[in-house]
Amino acid sequence: MTDLVLPAPVTPVRSALRRFLSLVLIHGVLIAGAVFMLAPFVWMLVTSIKPPAEIFNAEISLWPKQFYGLQNYGFAMEKAPLLRFALNGVILCGGILIVQLLVAIPCAYALAKLSFPGRNALFVLVLLGLCIPVQVPAMPLYIALAQLGLLNTYFAMMVPFFLSVFAIFLFRQFFRSFPDDIINAARLDGMSEFEIVWRIVTPSAWPAIAAFSVFSAVAHWNDLYWPLIVISDARLAPPPLGMMFFADAETGSNYGALTAAATILTAPLVIAFLVARRRFIDGITVTGVK
Amino acid sequence: MAKVALSSIAKSFGATKVLDGIDLDIADGEFLTLVGPSGCGKSTLIRIIAGLEHQDAGSLAIGGSRVDHLRPHERRVAMVFQSYALYPHMSVGANIALPLTMARLRLWQRLPLLRLLSAERRAVMRGIESDVAAVAAQLQLGHLLDRKPAQLSGGQRQRVALGRAMVRNPDVFLMDEPLSNLDAKLRVHMRTELAELHKRLGTTFIYVTHDQVEAMTMSDRVAMMDSGAILQLGTPSQLYEKPASLKVAQFIGSPAINLLPATVAEGGRVELFGRPLALSVPLEPGQAVTLGLRSEALSLVQGEPGGGRAWFSARLRRKENLGSEYVLHFDLAGRDATGVTMRATPAVAAGVNEAAEVTLGFEEAAAHVFAAAGDRVEPRGQGAATASVVPLRAGA
Repeated sequence: MTDLVLPAPVTPVRSALRRFLSLVLIHGVLIAGAVFMLAPFVWMLVTSIKPPAEIFNAEISLWPKQFYGLQNYGFAMEKAPLLRFALNGVILCGGILIVQLLVAIPCAYALAKLSFPGRNALFVLVLLGLCIPVQVPAMPLYIALAQLGLLNTYFAMMVPFFLSVFAIFLFRQFFRSFPDDIINAARLDGMSEFEIVWRIVTPSAWPAIAAFSVFSAVAHWNDLYWPLIVISDARLAPPPLGMMFFADAETGSNYGALTAAATILTAPLVIAFLVARRRFIDGITVTGVK
Repeated sequence: MAKVALSSIAKSFGATKVLDGIDLDIADGEFLTLVGPSGCGKSTLIRIIAGLEHQDAGSLAIGGSRVDHLRPHERRVAMVFQSYALYPHMSVGANIALPLTMARLRLWQRLPLLRLLSAERRAVMRGIESDVAAVAAQLQLGHLLDRKPAQLSGGQRQRVALGRAMVRNPDVFLMDEPLSNLDAKLRVHMRTELAELHKRLGTTFIYVTHDQVEAMTMSDRVAMMDSGAILQLGTPSQLYEKPASLKVAQFIGSPAINLLPATVAEGGRVELFGRPLALSVPLEPGQAVTLGLRSEALSLVQGEPGGGRAWFSARLRRKENLGSEYVLHFDLAGRDATGVTMRATPAVAAGVNEAAEVTLGFEEAAAHVFAAAGDRVEPRGQGAATASVVPLRAGA
């Protein structure tokens, strides 16, 4: 072995240096990306504890000279029903998510594991459904809801999203890797297809369900477009619409109070994500969806 | 307990014919093995019996009544899968109990919350628990009931899968290659356990495997399948001693049977390497036939042996030491046969040197003759004699 001639002798020092440099490069890029993503959020937090005079100051400072947080948060809490908005957000997201799961999981199971004529054509239709943005059916949906007298209800806010094509697609991909033998064993043990879905397949799909829940909750918590169309009653407003009402009516240009309200309304999402972070990442890696 | 009757079962997947009119009667309490190379249709056949797959034609009866229209769980069969197919999120106890809860509780009694309303449920669950405990004790799983399948070893998972099948008290056990995921040592052990389980339960077992050793060691009868048809159905010794075709002869037995090219001479006499044998077959002269010789039918001989013993010369290529015996690999110099293997005791093996030229002899009555198409040909006037052939132990 000693008489082997290496083409380019790599000294330990040089290889260590190279590894160090590549680490610096990789982490540098990642840190830059993280800063870019976090900057608006941090700016919101900082603004929410600044007095009005400092907000409009020309110099950029990451910490206020005068801590004005209590006043800003107090004003936001007092003048706007933020907890009501948050509760509306929870009802909206929870209601949508539950119905989405109830519909999408059996659909995905059928598309992944049952063989019936037209299955592939149906799946193609599902994929086509992914391409249709919510703005396209907005008019007919609005007219239908108005005719039924359902405007200004939670139901009106939720109904367009009950059937999530994305959820069907995601769960189908996940269920496809579920072993057929286990499903066959369940059939031999006397389970109906519905029981197989809920008692055997779904418990194994927690990573996918957690991942989808985060997507769904974030999307509908932050959705302004559809609530703006069907809701005019401030008591039913979800967070973004509530923020809009609040900005118009109460605060004008009180950015400190506005950002304080925004901080309060984004907090539940951030906390929920931090709690479910591990599962969320599992779900994405398992399903290969991002 | 029940007998199983298959009549002209056929199945195709698209244009591929997987099963081609299978007729098979399995007696009550029999251990029948379906054996064959992968893709021969044996797994499809067992899945049709289970009701997981539907046949295109033919009918299936279990216990004397047709079950074609019945769903899998209504057929009173239990199946053990190659991958064990345990429910990953349930404990061992819940896995074994599941078939019973499905059978003994109504739908609403199984639903979350709603089930709390049922007074009867508690009594039923106690019954299920004691049944599970009884099965678990039989399989030495009692201490594992709270574990999840992922925490078990392969052999333990195998036993849980068996327990889940046993707890239902089925009429027929179906086993689809249940031992192939185990390591070699455990497989040998589980072979014994399965055979003993069959003896104890007395239930009909239908067992699918591609491993001819499993088929030979456990079964009452073996059905050798290839290309969607049953080539031969019989006891393990019938398949070994009287293979109906070349394919059966090649598949059954280890080391594989020795095949030597031969021809039919005048009067139906078989000629091996230009030397006429005493064997004569009812075939036209000039036809090519194949002589099949089990490795234990060969023995070392000195000079030209007489008295119904044929011989040919060979050169030792390799000795394989199996401990209690040797397998000797010979080349047939200058001939187009690939070579032959012979079993020998260590004493006999020690007497042969590598590359040594030796003479191998065999009882002509122990030779199997196969026609060019692969069918077995009974030698003339030996019908009775070959039926009682006992394979000779070389050198023993």
